[in-house]
Amino acid sequence: MAQAPALPTGFELPLEPRLPRIGSVDQVAVEARATDLSRRSIKRETKLFALDLAVRMMDLTTLEGADTPGKVAALASKAVRPDPSDASIPSVAAVCVYPNLVQTARERVGDSGVKVASVATAFPSGQSPTDLKVAEARRVVELGADEVDMVIDRGAFLAGRYAKVYDEIVQVKEAIGETHLKVILEVGELGTYDNVRRASLLAIAAGADFIKTSTGKLSSSATLPVTLVMLEAIRDVYEETGRRVGMKPAGGIRNAKQAVQTLVVVHETLGLDWLTPDLFRFGASSLLNDVLMQIRKQKTGSYQSPDYFTID
Amino acid sequence: MAELEQRGDRTPAPSKWEYASAPESREIVTLQDRYGLFVGGEFVEPRSDDYYRTIDPASEEPLAEIPQAGPEDVALAVSTAREAFEDGWSAATPAERAKYLYRIARILQERSREFAVLESLNGGKPIRESRDVDLPLAAAHFFYYAGWADKLEYAFPHRRPKPLGVAGQIIPWNFPLLMLAWKIAPALAAGNTVVLKPAETTPLSALLFCDVLRQAELPPGVVNIITGDGATGAALVKSDVDKIAFTGSTEVGKAIQRELAGTGKKLTLELGGKAANIIFDDCALDQAVEGIVNGIYFNQGHVCCAGSRLLVQESIYEPLIEKLKRRLTTLRVGDPLDKNTDVGAINSRQQLDKIEELVAAGKEEGAEIYQPPCRLPEKGYWFVPTVFTNVAQSYRIAQEEIFGPVLSVLTFRTPDEAVEKANNTPYGLSAGVWTEKGSRILWMAQRLEAGVIWANTYNRFDPASPFGGYKESGFGREGGRHGLEPYLAFDGAESVGG
Repeated sequence: MAQAPALPTGFELPLEPRLPRIGSVDQVAVEARATDLSRRSIKRETKLFALDLAVRMMDLTTLEGADTPGKVAALASKAVRPDPSDASIPSVAAVCVYPNLVQTARERVGDSGVKVASVATAFPSGQSPTDLKVAEARRVVELGADEVDMVIDRGAFLAGRYAKVYDEIVQVKEAIGETHLKVILEVGELGTYDNVRRASLLAIAAGADFIKTSTGKLSSSATLPVTLVMLEAIRDVYEETGRRVGMKPAGGIRNAKQAVQTLVVVHETLGLDWLTPDLFRFGASSLLNDVLMQIRKQKTGSYQSPDYFTID
Repeated sequence: MAELEQRGDRTPAPSKWEYASAPESREIVTLQDRYGLFVGGEFVEPRSDDYYRTIDPASEEPLAEIPQAGPEDVALAVSTAREAFEDGWSAATPAERAKYLYRIARILQERSREFAVLESLNGGKPIRESRDVDLPLAAAHFFYYAGWADKLEYAFPHRRPKPLGVAGQIIPWNFPLLMLAWKIAPALAAGNTVVLKPAETTPLSALLFCDVLRQAELPPGVVNIITGDGATGAALVKSDVDKIAFTGSTEVGKAIQRELAGTGKKLTLELGGKAANIIFDDCALDQAVEGIVNGIYFNQGHVCCAGSRLLVQESIYEPLIEKLKRRLTTLRVGDPLDKNTDVGAINSRQQLDKIEELVAAGKEEGAEIYQPPCRLPEKGYWFVPTVFTNVAQSYRIAQEEIFGPVLSVLTFRTPDEAVEKANNTPYGLSAGVWTEKGSRILWMAQRLEAGVIWANTYNRFDPASPFGGYKESGFGREGGRHGLEPYLAFDGAESVGG
């Protein structure tokens, strides 16, 4: 690859179709709007609908150094059948694992329809040479991943070398072909909503099928305002070009209430079309059990002991 | 409830997701069938023996019977306030006055849900707003002025501030309890006694507030609340008060000013507005759209400082209007007590007629109307959030205050033109400026003739910030240290602007 220019020329590449203006984000106002939306009161059958949707949208995730085939097999089984005692509970959308565990996950999910997503490109830091990242992405697809969750090079982004960030995404996209590409911005390291918006548009321009908030390795991750800013970027791209890009908040969404609030933000920002696992996912590990517990509460009227929900 | 719809090979997306209704319970509010006038710490029957019905504008159901105070009732209330002033309140130590104000503030906080429900019930505003805006701000006003009560000498050094006596206060129906707080808190902090008349259509929160006064053990007669229509207000203006504070229409404000000319009574007026909300092309667009929505649809547009004239830089006009229209489709109009309602009921039949009349005029003059698809309840007074584009400065909808959820959109090319158009109105209450450029905010603020200018936000209030108008939007300031001055006399010098 040629030396990336220091100037932010990434946005001026001849992109077809045209990108919306980059614009800016007002921190105070976007946080106020997110707070307003979080106060929507979602009850009864409306809530049950949201909880069911949250299960179908979930990327059940384990990304630990200590992950073993046993752990991943258990997680994949849970993904296929989250609640053995309730046949009406759907499978989750995908399991999300490290490259070394893709095959295990693949075997366990079988033909259930649950996808296997693998992180790649030197997750979580992204601090590796581009050729290694591209090779890694290609390799995880060969290993059986249906979806690739790549990280952007935040070092390059924060240094203003947007073209390098852009080129890398383009190369990964080329390497994995038709495989579904999610681009992780790691918003906690970007520092401002303006940067979140820029990175979102950059990733979309470079070919991301989904944009994803975080690696889950930082404490600051998928907050409601960040999600809103990314959804607004997606909306602008859609209005300008008609292209539908997906969104995946990951990290920080731990309970059913947060998931429902997030779905309200999606609903009121992008409308019903985005309320499908094709265009919206939750990246989470502990969220699933809380959602299952809430579903049973909605159906039976009472809370049940956590012991009735499997820990995987 | 959601329904699934298959779309080709995609995972099904729902065809709708309607939120289940989430009504705040009415049970917390206990209404009487009939109320009295609150004079001398007691509810008394009106000597006029005249009553009218107050209703819930969302259902047109009657809520209670309210006294229509006549001239005799007004005179009694004023003389009661005068006695209370002379018999003790004017001699109470400042710390004592502060004590009552703090008590009132705390009781309002404790009973805020009750007040919020009542405010929405009688006024039609969404519970979300009465709960999150009206009540917290009303309590904050009492807290704020409680703090000033024993510091008047510091607020006005070397001017020996003294109370005026009896303040007659007339408030509007758009923020019934909040306007009551804006009026009563500084008056009491300064050492005056009060006769307050709530608006004809929204008397209930003021009458419930009498209960708070008794709970706080405020000495009888210090605050008196009389109800009635414009005739009661006119009688109060003519009565033996030392000061009139009025918030309401410019027309009535002018009549009051004529009436008081030469009497020596002090006067503050907070009147109408036709604020320009100015959008520059470098603004944060999505947040500006939120600001526009909050500027004009907040409280159904029943806001004197509403951003009812949208001035958009032409270079950003199309995407902005597209975003605005899209956003309007997500506004939820309906039951004010539903926690998910964004836009509630129009306050009265009379106001609805006025809005409809002006909207018809807008259409006739040639403006283009946009209203999102919207199902309105059958009973009650409702108006769909409306945007007029292609509006000329000369149209009535660009000149007159509509006081409803109706936005008129105009365009400009340069900052100079924005200022010129913004100031081209008899009003001057508020304005909004949306730009990422800090220097332009200051440049604009220096040139806009408006009492309040918001930058990258709209309709934000704080008790510490003075509020009031230029030109025909009135004079005098409410809020902040400035808000004390109209309630004080100063040794040796007339106060400024009072």
